[in-house]
Amino acid sequence: MEQYILAITYLVASVLFIFGLKMLGDPKTARRGNILAALGMGLAILATMAFHKDDAGQRIGNYAWIIGGLLVGTVAGWLAAVKVKMTAMPQMVSLFNGMGGACAALISISEFDHLMHLAGSSTGVATAGVLFTMVAGLVIGSVSFTGSMIAFAKLQGIMKKNIRFPLYNIINILVLLGIVVFSFLIIRQIPADPYPYFYAVFALSLLYGVLFVIPIGGADMPVVISLLNSFTGVAAAFGGFLYDNQVMLTGGILVGSAGTLLTIVMCRAMNRSLSNVIFGGFGGGAKAAEGSGKEGGNVKATTVSDVAILLNYAQKVIVVPGYGLAVAQAQHAIHEMESLLEDKGVEVKYAIHPVAGRMPGHMNVLLAEANVEYEKLAEMEEVNPEFPTTDVVLVVGANDVVNPAAKSDPSSPIYGMPVLNVEESRNVIVVKRSMNTGYAGIDNELFGYENCSMLFADAKTAITQIVNELKNL
Amino acid sequence: MEMVYIIILSIFVGVEVISKVPSALHTPLMSGANAIHGVVIIGAIIVMGHADPGNLAALIIGFLAVVLGTLNVVGGFVVTDRMLEMFKKKK
Repeated sequence: MEQYILAITYLVASVLFIFGLKMLGDPKTARRGNILAALGMGLAILATMAFHKDDAGQRIGNYAWIIGGLLVGTVAGWLAAVKVKMTAMPQMVSLFNGMGGACAALISISEFDHLMHLAGSSTGVATAGVLFTMVAGLVIGSVSFTGSMIAFAKLQGIMKKNIRFPLYNIINILVLLGIVVFSFLIIRQIPADPYPYFYAVFALSLLYGVLFVIPIGGADMPVVISLLNSFTGVAAAFGGFLYDNQVMLTGGILVGSAGTLLTIVMCRAMNRSLSNVIFGGFGGGAKAAEGSGKEGGNVKATTVSDVAILLNYAQKVIVVPGYGLAVAQAQHAIHEMESLLEDKGVEVKYAIHPVAGRMPGHMNVLLAEANVEYEKLAEMEEVNPEFPTTDVVLVVGANDVVNPAAKSDPSSPIYGMPVLNVEESRNVIVVKRSMNTGYAGIDNELFGYENCSMLFADAKTAITQIVNELKNL
Repeated sequence: MEMVYIIILSIFVGVEVISKVPSALHTPLMSGANAIHGVVIIGAIIVMGHADPGNLAALIIGFLAVVLGTLNVVGGFVVTDRMLEMFKKKK
């Protein structure tokens, strides 16, 4: 009886996963879809704890440990997810993905140990199939774990460079070869003591995850995370094989296949191929290095009072908001500055690039929240012809969308992307915290232009200070 | 054999479900899928539930697996929900 309840609950959970995923693909139903999938997960967890029996008919024990683990994970996961800033979401997804991968790897380690103990005491029970499933779960879970951690570090800004070293390809191949050979030895049960081989596979897989992500640039991280996401799905599915557990199998494979397709769709949206993202890292980096040498020393820094004076005596000002504005939450300050300037008779507009921010419509939502009039927001096509007659362009936390290399440098990764022609105006002020690159991870030659000056500051601090200066003028 | 059926059907369902998604939803969709593969937690519960109470190493590994799996599930779903909240504001 109990097995049937468990089987039916697993079926219901699987159906909820499928519906949830389907609904996530439509803006109207997405939120409900997410909740449905969560409901399915909750049901599957409760049913497993209540009804699961292993092959020997043994029930789940160690409830204190399980419930303790669930509590710790829930509190930590909830807090992390609620506290994280909207802007740090992608790396958060990567972090949680890594946790799933590590979980799959730990399951394999634990089951392998269990199996070896059994094999020691009675007749050998390990079959090649079971060993293969364990090793596969271990390898994929470990790669996903370290890969996700590196992706997290890159997006978080802990690791800034795309590290490349000589013999990268050869080392990569040797590591992979090591994983395959040792795995083969374990599965065929050739060594008398398989433990060292098993841990060697574990270590090499962890290393491979690092090697896999390290040369890939920041702009491609969402694609990499999506790919690692589908890896973890496959690792979960191997767990399902190991336990003959249907819900792990359906959930895992569902994410594995949906994740792979999503990865391909994302690549297509960026007009690139998957192999270009994964193996193209080397070439792209070399070019970026050249670029930085070119612009070099003639970047000019300016001060808040200079900017305020410039704005005060301008006829026409265009503000180009970007991700940095969202990070600094400077939308109210910028609106205040705009009203002040309008009172002084200065014409102020906002130029909205279609991919400014991290999500389409990001800037519109942000400025609407600060009560900026809708008429003041200009689309790229209508505002581009206006730059030559503009006195000051204030670029606030935007970078790639104003990079002239997209028009002039065919070797640039963003070549061909439509950009705002801010360099055609009389003065360009770029408010930016540092000379760091934008999302695409490339340098911006605009910063070295004759008519461009940099105001190195946090967007909110800078704009608030400008507002104060303007009031005194 | 039953498992092979499940795999093949799941692959098709996964592909079918993802096709024709607007690019604005790529990030939340990835995040939602990320939460769903947290189903690996079921495996962690089974490992933990059958660990020999006398074997401290096994208990610790199992406990760690449960914590990590739960992080994946809870964090994944909550983060996705917060992302989707952003879409409500747009008219």
